[in-house]
Amino acid sequence: MTTPISGPHYHGQRSVRGIMAQVMLALVPATVFALWQFGWPALFLFLLTLLSAVVTEALSLHLAGKAKCAFLLDGSGLLTAWLLALSLPPWAPWWIGVVGGAFAIVLGKQVFGGIGQNLFNPAMLARVALLISFPVEMTRWAAPQPFTATGAPGFVDSLKITFSGGTNLDSLTGATVLGHSKTELTRGIGLDVSLSDIYTPLDYLFGLSGGSFGETSALLLLLGGLYLLVRRIITWQIPVAMLATVALLAGIMHLVDPLRYADPLLHLLAGGLMLGAFFIATDPVTSPSGGLGQLVFGMGCGVLVYVIRTWGGFPEGLAFAVLIMNAATPLIDHYLRPRVYGRSRRGTPLTYTAEQLGREKE
Amino acid sequence: MKLFRFRGGIHPPSRKELSAGSAIETMPLPERLYIPMQQHIGTPAEPAVKIGQHVLKGQLLARASGALSAPIHAPTSGWIRAVTDFTAPHPSGLPILTVVLEPDGKDEWDEFPLPKDPFEMPPELIAERVAAAGIVGMGGATFPTAVKLGGATNKHIHTLLINGGECEPYLTCDDRLMRERAFEVIDGVLLILHGIRWGRAIIAIEDNKHEALEAMRATAKGYGQLEVVAVPTLYPMGSEKQLIKTVTGLEVPAGGLAAQVGVLVQNVATAYAVHEAIRYGRPLVRRIVTVSGGAVRDRRNLEVPIGTLVDDLLRHCGHDGEPERLLMGGPMMGTVLPHAMVPIVKGSNGVLALSKPELPEGSASPCIRCGSCVRVCPVGLMPLELMKRAQNNDLDGAQDYGLSDCLSCGTCAYVCPAHLPLTHYFNYAKGELAARAQQKRKNDYTRQLVQARQARLEREAQAKAAAAAKRKAERAAKKAQEAEA
Ligand code: SF4
Ligand code: SF4
Repeated sequence: MTTPISGPHYHGQRSVRGIMAQVMLALVPATVFALWQFGWPALFLFLLTLLSAVVTEALSLHLAGKAKCAFLLDGSGLLTAWLLALSLPPWAPWWIGVVGGAFAIVLGKQVFGGIGQNLFNPAMLARVALLISFPVEMTRWAAPQPFTATGAPGFVDSLKITFSGGTNLDSLTGATVLGHSKTELTRGIGLDVSLSDIYTPLDYLFGLSGGSFGETSALLLLLGGLYLLVRRIITWQIPVAMLATVALLAGIMHLVDPLRYADPLLHLLAGGLMLGAFFIATDPVTSPSGGLGQLVFGMGCGVLVYVIRTWGGFPEGLAFAVLIMNAATPLIDHYLRPRVYGRSRRGTPLTYTAEQLGREKE
Repeated sequence: MKLFRFRGGIHPPSRKELSAGSAIETMPLPERLYIPMQQHIGTPAEPAVKIGQHVLKGQLLARASGALSAPIHAPTSGWIRAVTDFTAPHPSGLPILTVVLEPDGKDEWDEFPLPKDPFEMPPELIAERVAAAGIVGMGGATFPTAVKLGGATNKHIHTLLINGGECEPYLTCDDRLMRERAFEVIDGVLLILHGIRWGRAIIAIEDNKHEALEAMRATAKGYGQLEVVAVPTLYPMGSEKQLIKTVTGLEVPAGGLAAQVGVLVQNVATAYAVHEAIRYGRPLVRRIVTVSGGAVRDRRNLEVPIGTLVDDLLRHCGHDGEPERLLMGGPMMGTVLPHAMVPIVKGSNGVLALSKPELPEGSASPCIRCGSCVRVCPVGLMPLELMKRAQNNDLDGAQDYGLSDCLSCGTCAYVCPAHLPLTHYFNYAKGELAARAQQKRKNDYTRQLVQARQARLEREAQAKAAAAAKRKAERAAKKAQEAEA
């Protein structure tokens, strides 16, 4: 680019790469912990997803004839794959990661024209595509088996789990707490019974529960999210609105019928809500850019998550909720603009009465 | 005093420490002065001197022309050597008519009648003298001050707001002025108050200028009608609209003037110029300029005759190698200079010679819609949406997203992680808009001409037809008569 004739000739410290790096940094504790929890197969899957995304991105940039380095190095593809990996069942076979990573980049991002152009959150789009295409693989959840635990698969066994389609999968429980309680409800079993065997809030808080990678430790994800808030990478509007809405709805419904509707804490801790609220819904590209719009967006996500979880066909609503709200983003941005200096909310120039100006009436 | 918060804003590193410590020094007279005929918003002044003529310091060089204009005076005594086109410090970089003056070295003032007590003068006379002294807004806006004062006398002004914000990084000229010449500035403020027949003034200074605040407070003490307030250091505090909001809580209506909310804003340097003009009859012929930046050896605040070349300033202060970029004004809103052969004008508050490491690096990449620009825009615009429309030359869309409300303050571009030159697009689109408005006026005019012509032709045709009908009727009548006869 040539020297712009207009200023500013001064710039803050932020860069796209820096932002992506900060988000990944915030994800590290939860990710490391999750990898520890789920052992080698999880690590393989994680790396494969990332690798697939990077290779796909390089390939599509090559096809589109764009400068590869600058775009690859911005880290956005890596972050997308990372978020996708965190939403996968940790013991899923290798091709789930590979197909998912490629999906996320091609369908999620490059077909729209690359970074910044996509309407939908690429990680969630890929997750939904995987869920619809491979429902069985995508809903087999492993119980945590840390590296050190007895009975945890060794390196070679793990290779088998990941690469030969998961034979010998006794340890795959087949359901998360949300899925399980839902199935049981349909059989007429109330939450008091169905939850008692598989749900303890503390486990969820600290990440000792089954589920996808990123669902495991609500606490570490919350910490990561707070870090992003402090560093001003994200704003408070979306996460706060989203979490508060889910908690509020869950609270009300729980009061109505505690046997049918789980308490707010479970909703907040399970199903990757923390991951969604701080890392996924806040994806800048696919969420509104104004503060008010972000509030509405967060609330919308919250309502949809709760509704889909409670009454919808899928036990986990996060991906669908975020995608639906993504579609509403352009509309939200169009209608919920900030108020402009010297104008009313409706856009007309401000008028003051004589009293407001402290004048004597004539 | 209760202050208000304007939305957005940023805290860029101030880099004022580079020059804030150096006291105001007088710039020695250069070999030649290049004095552009347009140093203000409005119509250019008309030269009133001949080549070869000798002039005294403060003598009129060019007359104001029209209602919105300002006269220009000789910055020193000497001979007029040329009246020619010369590069002016303007974004377009186009040459404009310039008087070239060769100093005689005596720096001899013209004689001015001194008023006895200006506060005994009729208030209208203040505006008149300010007009005659060629004073314009010295914070950079360069709007003729007398026009503002004249407008203020017939409006209900409740606050004279003196802008000591100086929020642009690097710049320290106003800071030094307030520290060293607080008495003169305060006197200027009192004179402006007298001129607009109103008793209250608020002097707003950013709270990072401790010495200036102290000096101004000490001097203003004892004048019940003056109040010195420390406003938060936040870019763009020095912008008129943002300062008004901060101090009064009022917002200037979109497309309107500060006077509509009862506020008159003047810069501290303007107040100083008013003091000089009214107390000593001296027209505006010099100003304080901050010369700073990484490429400058001795960063200083210099009192410079108008028309001094940037090149002279840089040579006086010394510089290491060729500067990477040369600016007039601050780094946020300043103008790029194509070269150093450009004169200082009334609105030049700084000359910055920036070195490579000071300049932003990183090339523009696509917008990631991070919303940072929306958060910091002091106006409440959505710069990313505005940019999309400006890029596509969708001027109506850009207008819908507030193009004309944009201050071009650069706050959005400062924070943009994708390094997008947002302000550049906006300025371009504003230029297009202005061109379109002008084209429309032209078209309207042409259409009027065409319509007028058509109307005339129709009228003529009607007249002809009427005449023909009349003749026919007459002929018929005649025939009938003949037949009867
Ligand atoms: S700051 Fe830059 S990247 Fe972020 S939304 Fe604005 S224009 Fe886009
Ligand atoms: S340049 Fe315009 S759009 Fe950008 S921050 Fe300033 S006022 Fe807002």
